[in-house]
Amino acid sequence: MELKTLLLEKRSVILEKWFNLILESYPPDASGFLRSQRNQFTNPVGNTILKGTEGLFDKLLGEMDSDSEEAVSLFLDNIIRIKAIQDFTPSQAISFIFDLKKVIREELKNENSGVESRISGELLKLESRIDELALESFDIYMKCREKIYDLRAKEFQDKTFRLLQMANLISDPELRSEEDHGSVLKGKDNNLKPEK
Amino acid sequence: MSNKVPTPDELSKIDYKPPKRKWMDTPVEFKPGTWCYGSRPKYLEAVGMPNPRDWKPSDEDWKLPENWKEIFLEGMEERLRKYRSFRLFMDICVRCGACADKCHFFIGSGDPKNMPVLRAELLRSVYRKYFTTSGKLLGKVAGARELTVDVLKEIWYYMYQCSECRRCSVFCPYGIDTAEITLIGRELLNLLGLNTDWIAGPVANCYRTGNHLGIEPHTFKNSLEFFLSDIEDITGIKIEPSFNRKGAEILFVTPSGDTFADPGTYTCMGYLMLFHELGLDYTWSTYASEGGNFGFFTSNEMAKRLHYKIFAEAKRLGVKWILGGECGHMWRLLNQYLDTWHGPADFLEEPVSPITGTKFENTKSSRLVHIAEFTADLIKHGKLNLDPSRNDHLKVTFHDSCNTSRGMGIFEEPRYIIKNVCNHFYEMPEDTIREKTFCCGSGSGLNAGENMELRMRGGFPRANAVRFVKEKHGVNMLANICAIDRAALPPLMDYWVTDVRVTGVHELVGNALVMKGEKERTVDLRNEPLTSKESKEE
Repeated sequence: MELKTLLLEKRSVILEKWFNLILESYPPDASGFLRSQRNQFTNPVGNTILKGTEGLFDKLLGEMDSDSEEAVSLFLDNIIRIKAIQDFTPSQAISFIFDLKKVIREELKNENSGVESRISGELLKLESRIDELALESFDIYMKCREKIYDLRAKEFQDKTFRLLQMANLISDPELRSEEDHGSVLKGKDNNLKPEK
Repeated sequence: MSNKVPTPDELSKIDYKPPKRKWMDTPVEFKPGTWCYGSRPKYLEAVGMPNPRDWKPSDEDWKLPENWKEIFLEGMEERLRKYRSFRLFMDICVRCGACADKCHFFIGSGDPKNMPVLRAELLRSVYRKYFTTSGKLLGKVAGARELTVDVLKEIWYYMYQCSECRRCSVFCPYGIDTAEITLIGRELLNLLGLNTDWIAGPVANCYRTGNHLGIEPHTFKNSLEFFLSDIEDITGIKIEPSFNRKGAEILFVTPSGDTFADPGTYTCMGYLMLFHELGLDYTWSTYASEGGNFGFFTSNEMAKRLHYKIFAEAKRLGVKWILGGECGHMWRLLNQYLDTWHGPADFLEEPVSPITGTKFENTKSSRLVHIAEFTADLIKHGKLNLDPSRNDHLKVTFHDSCNTSRGMGIFEEPRYIIKNVCNHFYEMPEDTIREKTFCCGSGSGLNAGENMELRMRGGFPRANAVRFVKEKHGVNMLANICAIDRAALPPLMDYWVTDVRVTGVHELVGNALVMKGEKERTVDLRNEPLTSKESKEE
């Protein structure tokens, strides 16, 4: 429990450093805006990352009290969903998870050796958990990318569905009133000559 | 643009980032998912646009004409002479940065060249080099640079990452309209045959057949007949609209998206039901079968050419005035460009609603009424029998489309309609609606499939606001009055929000409209059960 107490004490410093590290992956001209503009609607990227890191950190600390693993997927998802459609490679998109390990290590390095040896077991456990989150991040990232391709395909289908239907090229018996549509097409005079 | 001195902590950090470079020294990289395919030659040939050939934006060689630089610069000179606004916008920007963080593409991507100021600077730097003394003499120091193939590619890349939504111009203290810069930028690129396929295709189709998909008259008629059959199933009422009918009082024109792609099709059903119920003396045209005008995303000249078919058809049919469906850029074009291009449509009569007698004085020049104005007026005069409980399964929010809201000030009419046909309406946060509305991310011909990542970035601020009202109020339907929105917002919701669907306002009207002689309705226009009906049965 000593590690948790320490991390709680250093919560705001760790979160700030972690947040800043993530924003450094953006061009300097953009990171200033992402960092400073705190309106969740006019700066949704910065604010989602901010809330996401806070949520992830608190959940991880919460887990340390109990045996159960808390649902962190939502926070991971919110951040990765953004990075998956921005100019990042897959490794860059999920590297922010490892930044947390780095920040925690840096913050704990000034503790005296007694503390360090007492928390090493807990720290190892926490870092292993962060590694698990990295694995989960791979899954989320892939899910987002697959969604993009799915959207492309679906949009194409939606655009052509009515046209196929009109051309009588769809013959799914489940399709409601297909026969009616057929009769509309075949049974009516399609004389469209403009009146003169 | 900022030149911050790094802190010791930042300096000691080893990272994977490339060294910081000024924007002029950062070459453009064509990343997949952010750009649209190049136009096919057949589409350029169809309308006589220059340099038709097969090309890919990702290719090294764009197969430009030999004297491409000359063409581009001469084109620029001509436009600087012709459009005072363009010259002003090239000269007066003081780079205050007010627009910088207002662009949805910048907000969603974090790419500095998507700041409106920097996107315009891509063109301004060329302007300075060739058209200003300081730029000619001082070059880079004065923010000027040579026009090279790489610079041309960079201009292309970012001119097609602006949706011409004009949100940035709301915040510019000088009133610089960045959309106009994009318009001219694209126009110059089109002199070299550098259009996208997604825009050039609809332009060619619209020119030849009358609509974006190239739907011929009989198919256009068939598509409406599908809806008539659905309406009959749902309401028991048989509707028989007329096509190309001479002597009708009103010509109705809507974007072709409403006639062939869900969910616009349900909006179209709403129009048909409303007009039938009113007994409106109106006709559809299978020739002026498109409200949209992708010429506007190509060049001023092309927009002008495609624009007039609606008025020519109105003249041919001898109608009194024109009623327009739910469309965004159609609206701004017809109202704000008509006088300059063709002069007022004074061969038509000033529109008067045959139901309420209201004279639409705002349309003195165009003689064209937006259906949101028309329907709001009907409701205001109590001319419609409405049962809003039929929309009780929907919790609705409204997305202001850029062109109708920011461009034309249609803020209240759609809201007034929605509040009268729905019991559950919730506004999105103030910074994201009305004149400050966030674009869908796919306007100005960017709603292709191959640039899906770009669309998701640009649409994120909008989607984020929708997610907020979904979580707060349980919103499950996003209403709008623009066909591009109805096409672009469903995938946007699918990626960012989930379980929020998209509708036109007149689909909601169609649901709520109590029609004379209708059978008891059990389903809405999407054939989904009505909750009020279910609860009554319970």
